[in-house]
Amino acid sequence: MSSVSSPPPASPAPSKSWTVKVREKAVEALPPERLLPNGQPTYVASWIYLFGVASIASLIVIIASGCIIALKGPAWWHYTGVGHFFNSIHLWSVELFFFVMVVHLWGKYWMAAWRGGRARVWMTGAVTFLVAVPCALTGYVSQQNFDAQWISTQAKDAMNSVGVGAFFNLTNFGQMYSYHVLLLPIAVVGLVAAHVLLVRRNGVVPPFELEQRRAALAAAPSPADAADGTTGGMQS
Amino acid sequence: MVMGAVFNLDHPAHTVDWSFIHLSVANVVVIVLMLIVFFLAILLPFPNAKSRRGDAS
Repeated sequence: MSSVSSPPPASPAPSKSWTVKVREKAVEALPPERLLPNGQPTYVASWIYLFGVASIASLIVIIASGCIIALKGPAWWHYTGVGHFFNSIHLWSVELFFFVMVVHLWGKYWMAAWRGGRARVWMTGAVTFLVAVPCALTGYVSQQNFDAQWISTQAKDAMNSVGVGAFFNLTNFGQMYSYHVLLLPIAVVGLVAAHVLLVRRNGVVPPFELEQRRAALAAAPSPADAADGTTGGMQS
Repeated sequence: MVMGAVFNLDHPAHTVDWSFIHLSVANVVVIVLMLIVFFLAILLPFPNAKSRRGDAS
């Protein structure tokens, strides 16, 4: 074997693969320091800003308890004490989810949270709420008891009255259970993820007062205003 | 062992009727609770809120 001295390989040309393009677009749209910031703006120090994360916390409990009762099945959640417990955890976390999500919705509505290019944040939140409603309904009709029978036959009439009864058969347990444990949860989780990423990208909507002050400063900046710290309100 | 409900549920739901609005009392209670929590969230001071704002200025 003789040693062969070959020239060092030339530096590879910039890759144009789809993974590189996606990465560059993702980092450009949402830099790491914005995705996982050091802190939140000071105006977030209010109870009304906590209901979004309370909704996410409830959703985590819903998914965790739902996974447990899905593993064990209807006989377990109906006829055993532990099964009843996890069934109740699942039910009450859903109740809490809707409770805090409605308070979150009211808070964001009255502060016009679609301001400053945040229309997609508002829309993903609104659609999440709309998708969560059938997600809960399909859960109520998947209980495998008389309550589920009553709700499904009532809801069947509602579906037929709006013309979608051919697609959603509320009395079909298999179809409703598939919607409840797979299709609709995927939609809810995907929408919540998009909602949170959009919040990270656009920032939490500021109070009206701060936005007006920023607009006034942008229109007529002065050294005195810049010195008194009223230009940002952001906490690093 | 299956336990019964704390409240007697063996009767038709109590409802609140006002014009075309027809709500069960249970739902009215939840709506009132949401309103209370909403206004408390706006009115109650957040712990250390003033010092946080002071740090940023």
